[in-house]
Amino acid sequence: MIKDPVRPILHLLCAAPAIWLGYQIWLWLNFLPHELTANPIEFNTDFTGDWTIRFLLVTLSITPIAKLTKLRVLKYRRAVGLYAFLYGLLHFLNYMVLDYYFDWPLILEDIFKRPAISFGMVAFTILIPLAVTSFQFMMKKLGKNWQKLHRLIYVITICAVIHNYMMVKADVLIPVIHAMILTGLLGYRVYLNWNKRKIRLKKQTV
Amino acid sequence: MLIKIKNSWELTENDVTSQSAYLSRRDLLKTAGIITVGGIANMMVPGFSLAETALKSKANEYDGGDLRDEQTAIEAVRRYNNFYEFGMNKDDPARNAHTLKPKPWTVAVDGHCENKGTYTVEDLIDFNNLEERIYRMRCVEAWSMVIPWVGVPLSSIIDKLSPTSNAKYVYFETLVDEDQMPGQRRGIIKWPYREGLRMDEAMHPLTIMAVGLYGETLANQNGAPMRLVVPWKYGFKGVKSIVKISIVENEPNSSWMRLAPHEYGFYANVNPDVPHPRWSQSKERRIGDFSRRATLMFNGYGEEVAHLYTGMDLRKYY
Repeated sequence: MIKDPVRPILHLLCAAPAIWLGYQIWLWLNFLPHELTANPIEFNTDFTGDWTIRFLLVTLSITPIAKLTKLRVLKYRRAVGLYAFLYGLLHFLNYMVLDYYFDWPLILEDIFKRPAISFGMVAFTILIPLAVTSFQFMMKKLGKNWQKLHRLIYVITICAVIHNYMMVKADVLIPVIHAMILTGLLGYRVYLNWNKRKIRLKKQTV
Repeated sequence: MLIKIKNSWELTENDVTSQSAYLSRRDLLKTAGIITVGGIANMMVPGFSLAETALKSKANEYDGGDLRDEQTAIEAVRRYNNFYEFGMNKDDPARNAHTLKPKPWTVAVDGHCENKGTYTVEDLIDFNNLEERIYRMRCVEAWSMVIPWVGVPLSSIIDKLSPTSNAKYVYFETLVDEDQMPGQRRGIIKWPYREGLRMDEAMHPLTIMAVGLYGETLANQNGAPMRLVVPWKYGFKGVKSIVKISIVENEPNSSWMRLAPHEYGFYANVNPDVPHPRWSQSKERRIGDFSRRATLMFNGYGEEVAHLYTGMDLRKYY
């Protein structure tokens, strides 16, 4: 018996893009017709990057959804966040291995001379400790610090969206939509905080 | 630094002859898509054989054939395009460009020339003197192809227009028509797509007006019925589906200069030493290859074109 029938469906949905991509890459490497265009590595870059940002935004949406709808979705937040990391990792590996094949001079030049790349690198680097500490025992071990650490998800997503915006050549529509969603999600938290403070202030004055 | 390539700009005879070997080795090309050089011109203008009259490429002793410059598969040339008039994704143009009607087609000519007016493609292009030119094409996005173009030197067209003494630059525009080019419904760029060349660049023998590739008439997504090819410049200089040619006195503003002047300059010469703000230009990925290769100064055509820019700071005039 499956305890939570939603969970396997969730995993399937979240993994679907990666599974599809893996299958297409397999086709490509076997010289079979595939959907990765004539420049598969660039396609991989865009595909994995887009999905990383989508998953980051979905991760950030879970708390507001839980609060606004009373749906019990909070328990899926970690899984979705880990998928954001998975796609970020694929994006990073595609860049390091397939695209530049450890061409360190070029990679370092990219990271330090091109802000567009720097933002992406910062986002991915900070995402690593979050993924590593996402497990129950780490949560217990870190105690209060765990939440502090995981608030970095805001910084990560902001950097990722800036990275997305800066990398696009001409059509900024999608990055702008991402930025608008992110603004909404961050705005909701600012609003909550502001409300909390108001209540606290009221209590103090009483 | 100028990197000298072995045998000047003509990559080519070798590639042409090895086509059949290429086909069978790769098994990627549908033979149906490839027609012999003679067949192509027949398709374009009945009763004319390109092989007899027009193929001017000199035989050269390109030793052993540098496989590193083998021609890009025709599927890739036809299905991996930047042509925002038909959509933003690389495979959009191949999917959407069927709405373009390249025939009949007229080109308006104005500016500092004696023969202003409206021309048909046949007025401008001498189909009896088509040449095949196998050129590297380097996109500013750091990928590249090798494409066997068919066309005429742009100089042959400009000569027909008789430029006056004020003729300093040539300016081109792509068609604007939302019905034929559905991508223009979105204002990604301020349509029409605009490009320009300095007169000496335009008159340079390497600069061609292409009407075909791989021995066939240009596919719509490749810029039918005629498009510019300037092999030592980034691909975006190759304005497609041209409807207007102006001979002008002042340096024209190209579309990419308008969109992002700090990223794209008027000259846009391929230059591994001038990085794009968002990526290095020192290397490129040849479509079909796995790893990147070094990008050559002027895309490997320095021997022919470097003199056009003597005394110019190419970091400033990028």
